[in-house]
Amino acid sequence: MLAAFRDLYITFVQFVRTFGALQLFLFRLIMHSPGVIFRRFGLVVGQVYNSGALSLVIIMVCGLFVGAVLGLQGFDTLSRFNAEDSVGTFAGFALIKELGPVITALLFAGRAGTALASEIGLMKATDQLSAMEMMGVNPIRRVVVPRFLGGVIAMPFLVAIFSVVGLFGSQLVAVSLLGVDIGAFWQQLQQTLASEDVYEGILKSVVFGGAASLIAVWEGYNSIPTAEGVGRATTRTVVITAITVLIFNFIITAWML
Amino acid sequence: MNAVSDNLIEIRDLDYARGRRQIFKGLNITIRRGEVTAIMGPSGTGKTTLLRLITRQLIPDHGLVFVDGIDISTLSTAELYEFRERFGMLFQNGALLTDLSVFENVAFPLREHTNLSNRLIRHIVLTKLHAVGLRGAADMWPSELSGGMARRVALARAMVMDPDILIYDEPFVGLDPISMGVIVRLVRQMNDALGISSILVSHDVEEISTVADRTYLISDGKVAASGSPEELHATSSDLVRQFMHGMADGPVAFHYDAPNYEEQLLGRDED
Repeated sequence: MLAAFRDLYITFVQFVRTFGALQLFLFRLIMHSPGVIFRRFGLVVGQVYNSGALSLVIIMVCGLFVGAVLGLQGFDTLSRFNAEDSVGTFAGFALIKELGPVITALLFAGRAGTALASEIGLMKATDQLSAMEMMGVNPIRRVVVPRFLGGVIAMPFLVAIFSVVGLFGSQLVAVSLLGVDIGAFWQQLQQTLASEDVYEGILKSVVFGGAASLIAVWEGYNSIPTAEGVGRATTRTVVITAITVLIFNFIITAWML
Repeated sequence: MNAVSDNLIEIRDLDYARGRRQIFKGLNITIRRGEVTAIMGPSGTGKTTLLRLITRQLIPDHGLVFVDGIDISTLSTAELYEFRERFGMLFQNGALLTDLSVFENVAFPLREHTNLSNRLIRHIVLTKLHAVGLRGAADMWPSELSGGMARRVALARAMVMDPDILIYDEPFVGLDPISMGVIVRLVRQMNDALGISSILVSHDVEEISTVADRTYLISDGKVAASGSPEELHATSSDLVRQFMHGMADGPVAFHYDAPNYEEQLLGRDED
């Protein structure tokens, strides 16, 4: 009994310690960010390409099919109330406020987050980070900050693209396949969607982008420098990002309503 | 210039523990200017840790490290980065940056620390690559290089800022005999031609014997023997003989600590 209590206490202390270290790490990243943005912007652009442009295919394909399913399910549900004209509104709200940011963040963790974590972890395991330090170059500044910023910048764009492609997908199903009137589809969405709804989506995309990028670079930078450690870091990246994103999503939604 | 000038690095009574494991206990080492100093020891004696202590990537629990008569524990962060520029370090597997070409790897310190023109950088990088015989590989990527080539590129990179001290961490591990010969030659050549000092961490007795001026053999956290390779070969100490001649059994036992063999095999049925 006492042992169980002590284990619980140790776990709790460890969690607090890790969380504190994560905050300090974020603080360091933010402190170095202006220097990197103003003096080494080329590095950031390269990472926007790596995290953003290279994730485009998976984001667009998934967006299309998620939107298409929303079109099908929305039509099925709404037609029972004779409200199938509202499919556009249904899909639009779902995509812009919830599914766009959340699914993009999960896909981002799987595609870009794992790539970041394993890349940084491998650089650590093969002494590249130590070598930089020996050459008087701060690896946080040269390696970690550009990757973090690249992810933060790329995510909102990916979310926007996901939502747009998703809407197109639901229009494809609802209008072309199921015969909803295209005017009604778009006009209802236009009338009901307020700018606050869009802001909610943007806020989520920024928060999720920051969280997903932070977790990825943190896991990579703090991975155990062995092949096994790098593998574990990539797995943890996906798991922790998924949990964090879904919890944050709930908090933001509750707060915005 | 006084008497200190002969001793480049002095390590005095150094203790270092990682977790509960005591790695160094009362370690004393002197590295002389202009020499190739080898640090040898069985695996797991903390040779790489020692290099990190010398460059202050790690801080000793007790004891002092002097470089050029300066106690390095007193350096500020800014002084530390300047101090590290005096070192060139060759990591075990080269530690080339995988996302940069060979040329850019060698140019990396220059691009990060200087504002030299591209023309001048190109000039310096090609000279250094030529010195290690890899000018022709400038446009290749680290993944395309063999182990020996990667180490030569890393050597060119370590030299590009013209350091006073070159540190080699296990430079001979996993190389074929030809590459090994090339690296041995380069170590000696760099040291003498550039008038620098070299520290070599290794357990390849053969290669050390041909290249080192002075050797320290570390065991159990302190210096077990030191002197020129010939002196070590001629020594009467059992441990040194075991190490220098690669004998399977001796002070470093063939059997890892285990319970009594007979009891373990035969006693099983009784419980």
